[in-house]
Amino acid sequence: MTSLNISNVSKSFGSARVLEDISLTINDGEFISLVGPSGCGKSTLLRIIAGLESQDAGTIALGERAIDGVRPSRRNLAMVFQSYALYPHLTVAQNIGVPLTMRQLSHWERLPVVGRFLPGAAAKRRIIRAAVEEAARSLDIGHLLDRKPGQLSGGQRQRVAVGRALVRQPEAFLLDEPLSNLDAKLRVHMRTEIAELHRTLGATFIYVTHDQAEAMTMSDRIAVMMHGRLLQVAPPHEVYSDPTNIAVAEFIGSPKINTFPAEVAGDGTAIVMGAALGRVQNGYRGAATIGVRPESLRIGQPPGRLAGTLRHVENLGNEYFLHVEVDGLPSRVVARVGHDHAPFSLGAPVGLDWPAGRAHVFDQAGGQIGRVNGAVSPFVGVVNG
Amino acid sequence: MTSDTATTPVSVPRTGFPSIPWIELFKHAVLMVGALIVIAPFLVMVSTSFKSQNEIESQSGGFFGSQEQFVDHFCAANNPAEECVATPVIFNYSTAFTRVPLLRFLLNGVIVTVSIFVCQVIIALPCAYALSKLRWWGKNVVFGLVLFCLLIPIHAIAVPLYLLITKLGLLNTYASLIIPSTISVFGIFLMRQFFMTVPDDLIDAARMDGISEFGIVWRVMAPTAFPALLAFGIFSVVAHWNDYFWPRMVVTGNEMIYTPPLGMRVYQADLEGITYGPMMATATVIVIPLVIAFLLAQRRFIEGITLSGMK
Repeated sequence: MTSLNISNVSKSFGSARVLEDISLTINDGEFISLVGPSGCGKSTLLRIIAGLESQDAGTIALGERAIDGVRPSRRNLAMVFQSYALYPHLTVAQNIGVPLTMRQLSHWERLPVVGRFLPGAAAKRRIIRAAVEEAARSLDIGHLLDRKPGQLSGGQRQRVAVGRALVRQPEAFLLDEPLSNLDAKLRVHMRTEIAELHRTLGATFIYVTHDQAEAMTMSDRIAVMMHGRLLQVAPPHEVYSDPTNIAVAEFIGSPKINTFPAEVAGDGTAIVMGAALGRVQNGYRGAATIGVRPESLRIGQPPGRLAGTLRHVENLGNEYFLHVEVDGLPSRVVARVGHDHAPFSLGAPVGLDWPAGRAHVFDQAGGQIGRVNGAVSPFVGVVNG
Repeated sequence: MTSDTATTPVSVPRTGFPSIPWIELFKHAVLMVGALIVIAPFLVMVSTSFKSQNEIESQSGGFFGSQEQFVDHFCAANNPAEECVATPVIFNYSTAFTRVPLLRFLLNGVIVTVSIFVCQVIIALPCAYALSKLRWWGKNVVFGLVLFCLLIPIHAIAVPLYLLITKLGLLNTYASLIIPSTISVFGIFLMRQFFMTVPDDLIDAARMDGISEFGIVWRVMAPTAFPALLAFGIFSVVAHWNDYFWPRMVVTGNEMIYTPPLGMRVYQADLEGITYGPMMATATVIVIPLVIAFLLAQRRFIEGITLSGMK
């Protein structure tokens, strides 16, 4: 087992640049998610790793061995597709066994009838059959081996697709949005199963998804991609709590992070719509954006740091999402508060506040430049006007 | 949505009288008339093959004829009359097989149509795969040419083709019957349209599993496209089994490679005038294999035409 090195990979389709100078090292046994909105190039990157697509520039290497130009089947990687891509005319057992029959049986041994009578073929087929049954048992589909894919449910097909990847004992598993065709409940369930499978196998998993929740819950590291670029590669908690870019901050986390247009004054004071919020330690001065996660926001009596009006409440049972309209902001601010929060009245004026150090400051290009130090304590010393 | 459900009219038949589905009745009436028009010549053919010459000429005897025994005058000219007494249906069908080597013609039909179909599939599937699933320069132009070829009727190129076959010295051979039909642009087009509906992921999965491109055509695409292949098979076999035009041109003398429709020629005019009974019996025998094949494949055939294979 080795690491996978992606260096300076670029790809264009016609005039559209899909990947721009991507470099990433994926460690042995790591679960890494490539996450981003649709069209960000994450699937293309995965297909380039698989060998189904060729890059315009750059190199992919397994350890020290460059695998550019090596046929997909020779790279010893296994892929699970979004549509499962099972062969409809083969049984489950045959589907799972295809990678093995293609590699272990010679051309003549694979012939439908004649092949069975060639010396050695029967023994090889027995070994394959045993491997298939082993894989099926580990995925709880042992009883389905003689069915056709058409007779299976979505979740069962998913398992067969995983089984087909499993049976060849690849260097790495490539998973292309494998859960997006399942219903919500099954998706959450399969999330756990795939994470557990990764733990048992200890193999490298490269997982492509547009669902930030899947990326957050399963991965060792998350690689956030946007417009063909890698924006941040870091463990989930770091991507969430310390996003390097406003696009990352907005993509990861639900509900979305709240952003406020701001200005960093000459003395380093961050000012949002006239309200001084604290000091930015960094030397940056000028226009900026401030981001505050919904769970960092507190709702209290006005004025708070920012004054607004409560417009909508979403009750999720264990918590509330409060939508607050703030004058001068194009979109509503969402706060996430516990179930034990004081009762609300819609239309009431409220004050927004957050603890010191929980506001991220991004420069005009979107890069994070630091946090706002909460020199101004909550509900006190708010500068109005 | 929820408030609407209470007021949404539900089509429950009102008290007592179930409403008459006029539109459905009309559709079925039109379809029945159409079916009658199509089936009438077949009924005439089958009916005629049962009757004696007298009944055919006087249009009597009902559908199956009276099956009254009669004396075959042609036979009676050289034999005692009592040996020439025959039942019409037996006479017609036995004449069909004895007057010409009909079984041989049927065998020729099988050889020619099966050879043509096998060749067409061997050529059409890789072509269709390349046109639907591979990326290469000039693909759309080539597909345009395929569509263009669909517009060319065989009659327009029959003479040059005939000259080609003649110069190659292939007249009166199986090759002359088979070679001009080995490439079916219709087959390429039909299979290409079907392959377009096969998800790309399936092909990528096959590549990951180590199946070669030719392997993908035969091991993945062909089994997936089985309904379309069957539909194309019926089209191809029916067209070439029934073809009279081309075999008539390239088979001029050698009766041993006649295809079934050519076997009908002997009845067109001979010493006795036209003997409709044996003639229609021959026609019935020629058609029966096709009817049986169609009935067996009917469900899959319709699936194939509607191109609904995968989903």
